[in-house]
Amino acid sequence: MAQVELQGITKSFGATRVLTDVNLSIKDGEFLTLVGPSGCGKTTLIRIIAGLEQQTSGSIRIDGAPIDHLRPHERRIAMVFQSYALYPHMTAYGNMALPLTMARLHLYERIPLLRLLSPRRRTVMQQIDAEVQAVASQLKIGPLLQRRPAQLSGGQRQRVALGRAMVRDPAAFLMDEPLSNLDAELRVHMRTELAELHQRIGATFIYVTHDQVEAMSMSDRIAMMDGGQVAQLGTPSELYERPASIRVAQFIGSPAINILPGLVESDGTVELLGQKLPVSTRLPAGSAVAVGIRPEAIRVTGGGDPAARVSLQAHLRRRELLGPEQILHFHLDRLPTATVIVRLAGAQAPVAVDGAAELSFDPQTCHVFDADGNRVEVSRSESRAVPPEVALVQAGRAG
Amino acid sequence: MASTVATSASRPMPRRQVLIEKLIGCGFVFPVCVLLLLLNIVPLGVLALLSFTDYQMGAVDLSFVGLDNFAKALGDPVFRRAVTNTLIYVAIVLPGSVVLGLFAAVLIHGRLGSRPFYEIVYFLPITTTIVAMAAVWQIVLHPGLGPVNALLQRMGFQPVMFLSDPAFALPTLAVIGIWQLVGFNMILFLAGLSAIPRDLYEAADIDGCGSPIDRFLTVTWPLLGPTTMFVIVTSSITSFKVFDTVVAMTKGGPMGSTEVLLYAIYLEGFQYFNSSYASVLTLIFLVFILIFAVIQTFVLDKRVHY
Repeated sequence: MAQVELQGITKSFGATRVLTDVNLSIKDGEFLTLVGPSGCGKTTLIRIIAGLEQQTSGSIRIDGAPIDHLRPHERRIAMVFQSYALYPHMTAYGNMALPLTMARLHLYERIPLLRLLSPRRRTVMQQIDAEVQAVASQLKIGPLLQRRPAQLSGGQRQRVALGRAMVRDPAAFLMDEPLSNLDAELRVHMRTELAELHQRIGATFIYVTHDQVEAMSMSDRIAMMDGGQVAQLGTPSELYERPASIRVAQFIGSPAINILPGLVESDGTVELLGQKLPVSTRLPAGSAVAVGIRPEAIRVTGGGDPAARVSLQAHLRRRELLGPEQILHFHLDRLPTATVIVRLAGAQAPVAVDGAAELSFDPQTCHVFDADGNRVEVSRSESRAVPPEVALVQAGRAG
Repeated sequence: MASTVATSASRPMPRRQVLIEKLIGCGFVFPVCVLLLLLNIVPLGVLALLSFTDYQMGAVDLSFVGLDNFAKALGDPVFRRAVTNTLIYVAIVLPGSVVLGLFAAVLIHGRLGSRPFYEIVYFLPITTTIVAMAAVWQIVLHPGLGPVNALLQRMGFQPVMFLSDPAFALPTLAVIGIWQLVGFNMILFLAGLSAIPRDLYEAADIDGCGSPIDRFLTVTWPLLGPTTMFVIVTSSITSFKVFDTVVAMTKGGPMGSTEVLLYAIYLEGFQYFNSSYASVLTLIFLVFILIFAVIQTFVLDKRVHY
């Protein structure tokens, strides 16, 4: 159990800089996920924490003590690799016992024949055996301990790799995309199991994934990384509801957020495809902005909904039925190049394919980003009367 | 062919088609079978047949003598000495070339820039013909002219007659045998080392294998198992077949101290023209190789693959 602090971590491979001044403070017992597109530096960062890679500058502390000078096995951390990295010539038991035998036996006590000379080896091995069995029963792999990795399924290997990490009772668990080699069904199952494991043992977890669903569903906090920097750090709902940049908004959430071009008008409101959004910004008039609308924030009406304040005319191009919900792809009449994706509950098609529809949404649910992609805070526009339905929503949200 | 395969997947084939497919299969195997028969099985049969006769090379007739040749071989002191010498030679060359090859491979594997240089240097002995290199070795080991003896004398030792002292000749040939084999074994081990996943070393690093010895014993050595097995098989057979260095450098001497199996067979068959006796020795030689191969395939193989 430990607090892990990263201070100004920078890493360059030759002339290529992969991490720039990363600062993170991971609380004791927290499940922190590093998420981001491939090449964002998340794996490099976790490898630096593990000690497999040396940072160019910056410092890592565990419980306040710097660990930069320590070898990987001296850092009180355990790592689960994407490939599991199990020793193929050892049984599951041997794999799990290895960290303990390495730590508790001398070299000569691990060499066949020579080890017979050690009087204490027997008691040490009994202790190790008890610990391995305890972890194995926690992970429900007791019956598999005598098998070799080649005789185990992907999910079972995953558990053995977890077990090897757990027996060490580390200060922090580092996991590098541990679920990405599993099939979809097992991945969902292991997601739950990992989250439960974290709750049960209460250790600090640092988890790397490129899958935003994993990040959203398991983490206490998410550090979204982009271009070697932390683009946003926050709880899953913070990242979803108040993305700090257009990159975060696009990465978090599935299907991805709809981004439409807008323009700041002279009174500070935003014009979106001929519609005036009743929100005001502090950006100068004439600035180009991007307006992001989540697929589930959009309502579809057959046309002519007088209550809708902001509505866009569109045609339905494609409909994907997923059972309890459906994903609709619309082309906007005013901007035929843009596809707007709408997520609706239920299996009932609101319009036929190629049919015209009106897409309406609550202006308060949209996110506005400036030309650099950063979030722009918007406030309720004072210039116009606000319809009651919008006002209600606003009252529910502070700021 | 393509259409046959396609139909076989979709529905059960009529009997005629099964027959055609079988014939096609046999057709593919036929050339290999013929070659195997002509080049291996038939000569081996002739060899076995000759071993029961008194045939001499160039003779116009022969008569069967039963197991006389075998009895003669078992009681032949020259042959016994050849077997002993060969076994001693293998006992030096096999561990020497495997251990040194592994050692060189582990050292070279980590080098980035200089790796190709070392690979070429160690591999050079394989590309040279030993007959030409024999002259070089003779000069290097010459009692009066060679640098090795000059060095020994400088250090205060008596000069050693490497190739003409019966106590030294066989070990000297074994050292040359190691020199010939190390580079080849090293290349095989390098290939094996490259196949070990990097994250296993990283996992070992995290699991507490801090020292190079721990890493070698935990990851490198066990994962090189299949490679080591292959290296041992090829090295033992190669060293069992030692012949060219003996012919080029000692001719079995001094006092028969370097007379090895293959050289004894060569003398019997091509110098003394005792073809039938040479056949017996060849059969015994093959039995030795077979024993090696069987032990390695059935005993070692089970322990190295996972």
